[in-house]
Amino acid sequence: MQATVEIRPEVIQASAAAFAQKTEARTVISLEHVHKTYTMGDVEVHALRGVSLAIREGEFVAIMGTSGSGKSTTMNIIGCLDRPTRGTYVLDGDDVSRLSKDERADIRNRKLGFVFQGFNLLSRTSALENVELPMLYANVPTEERRERALEALRSVGLAGREQNHPNQLSGGQQQRVAIARALVNRPTLILADEPTGALDSRTSVEVMEIFQRLNRERGITLVLVTHEADIAAYADRVVVFKDGRIKRDSPVESPRDAAEELKNLPPVEAEEEEDEL
Amino acid sequence: MNFQSIIRVAFRALVRNKMRALLTMLGIIIGVSAVIAMVSIGQGAQASVQAQIEGMGTNLLFVSAGAQNVGGVRGGAGDAGGANTLQPEDLDAIKREVPSVALVSPSVNSRVQLVAGNLNWSTQVQGVSDGLPGIRNWNVQSGEFFTESDVRTAARVIVLGQTVADNLFPGVDPTGQTVRVTNLPFRVVGVMARKGQDPQGRDQDDLAFAPFTAVQKKLLGTTRLPVAYVSAVSADATYTAQVQITELLRQRHKLTASEPNDFTVRNMSDVAEAANETNSTMTILLGCIAGVSLLVGGIGIMNIMLVSVTERTREIGIRMAIGARSSAVRTQFLIESIVLSLTGGIVGIVLGVSVSLAIPALLGWQTLVSPASIVGSAVFSAAVGIFFGYYPARKAAALDPIDALRFE
Repeated sequence: MQATVEIRPEVIQASAAAFAQKTEARTVISLEHVHKTYTMGDVEVHALRGVSLAIREGEFVAIMGTSGSGKSTTMNIIGCLDRPTRGTYVLDGDDVSRLSKDERADIRNRKLGFVFQGFNLLSRTSALENVELPMLYANVPTEERRERALEALRSVGLAGREQNHPNQLSGGQQQRVAIARALVNRPTLILADEPTGALDSRTSVEVMEIFQRLNRERGITLVLVTHEADIAAYADRVVVFKDGRIKRDSPVESPRDAAEELKNLPPVEAEEEEDEL
Repeated sequence: MNFQSIIRVAFRALVRNKMRALLTMLGIIIGVSAVIAMVSIGQGAQASVQAQIEGMGTNLLFVSAGAQNVGGVRGGAGDAGGANTLQPEDLDAIKREVPSVALVSPSVNSRVQLVAGNLNWSTQVQGVSDGLPGIRNWNVQSGEFFTESDVRTAARVIVLGQTVADNLFPGVDPTGQTVRVTNLPFRVVGVMARKGQDPQGRDQDDLAFAPFTAVQKKLLGTTRLPVAYVSAVSADATYTAQVQITELLRQRHKLTASEPNDFTVRNMSDVAEAANETNSTMTILLGCIAGVSLLVGGIGIMNIMLVSVTERTREIGIRMAIGARSSAVRTQFLIESIVLSLTGGIVGIVLGVSVSLAIPALLGWQTLVSPASIVGSAVFSAAVGIFFGYYPARKAAALDPIDALRFE
């Protein structure tokens, strides 16, 4: 893992300043010898068999693996939804393995943003209110809540859609609402679990463009779980899981640039029109 | 999460399922309105009995000839067994010698036919003394009640109840007219004020009063005095009066310590208490039946909340993933159930009060909406919400966010 950090300079396409920032960056996620064992009836299932992983601030890491490889369990542990059976997990200085249920809820609220494959927006609730939701649990005053939610929706290109309910939005738009919701509490880390799994390829590029922009412009740390290699190629580091262990952890030689790709894609006015309906 | 937003979120969740929320609330609405209506009917009945007793005077005592407690041989109720133990002199003595007694009037009743012109009316003529209006809290509406000298001279004068006056003298003031009572002419000196029906629905105005001496001598041809009304100087003095009258009559009737009373003295509070007991038993019974429907309503709420928790498992997962503590989830569902039951309770109160107010017009029963039943129902419906909402809310809060998010 030390090696990863050292090779880093060659793979980063960001500005020199950002690069300098990244090399000095502190460790946000530190998993050490993490084991996770589930008991299903009489059978013990070893989901993780000693995973060690360090992710620094400002990194964009893709976690890959087939189903059953342990990537989802890792994701749940990193997301403070689950606790390791053995080993330690330190997130931004807090030893999560020792925290209570409520403390983990607070950490999810303040330090983490989730983006899911199935969007997981509250139905029959406007985009604006969906984005406001995390702030509701953070006791942000009403006025500020509204302002920050509007700002977050603007930053993902959904200005004017604030009052739409999820069923009035296209898949890409719903995922952008979810990203805005993940962003709005200014988290240290955004966790995306198969964020493009339910989207067509063009929309996938659009969503990846937002992620890359957030990562580069705001320095937000991103962890992306995916099983598609071409989506992982947008990240600047790929960790591959197999059978509950890390099989490979390497930088991406030349990450794809979603913004560039979008420029080269033919405009799809008709499709957009359809979304409006 | 502040309280205001919790309430807002709860309301929004309910508004999303308007029909379901309404049907769920219906149980509580029916329960609460039933409690209020039933209790108001019960209390109305109680109040009207109370009012009737007060109308007769709470300081009223009955003295009757014969004893009630002699093995049922004489039956006790004055005129039944022909006991002749009560004399006019006894009554004079009571009035004269018992300081806690204010007024005394005998009551000698006769059912007779009254005739005026070509109209006739069969009614009860009560032979009383001039003390009756004071004793019964009942005054004449027009004319005057007869006087002490009318009683002394057994004058043929009569005071009509409103119903009798209406039937014998329709549209005419009967005062000064003559009615024939079993062929004897009596001069009408006054008409009593209207009293209306008693709680049993009997017309209290269908009677006439005449001096008891006249009734005894001219209508019945007897000197028997079955019953007398006595009023104590105050409601508090009734018991003293009861004791003193008993003592005085025992003395006058020269009864030795071993002999039982040959008369009976009863007071109205005995009567009132018995009536009240019956009525409050009825009120409690009605209230309990209505309370059961409230309970059923509560179970309905629990059922719907459980369905709602299952249905919204994913929503709960989302909320937890983005940082809702278990307590916030629990509060949300608890508040939803309280909002359901309390809204139902408020609607039920409005409905129950309206029904209570409509009953007198529709059924002719007196009702009395008691503030206690309103406050009680409101508190009870909120309690139903908490009680029946707690289990589903706890179930929601105990969900594991990973499983909840995976739930389809």
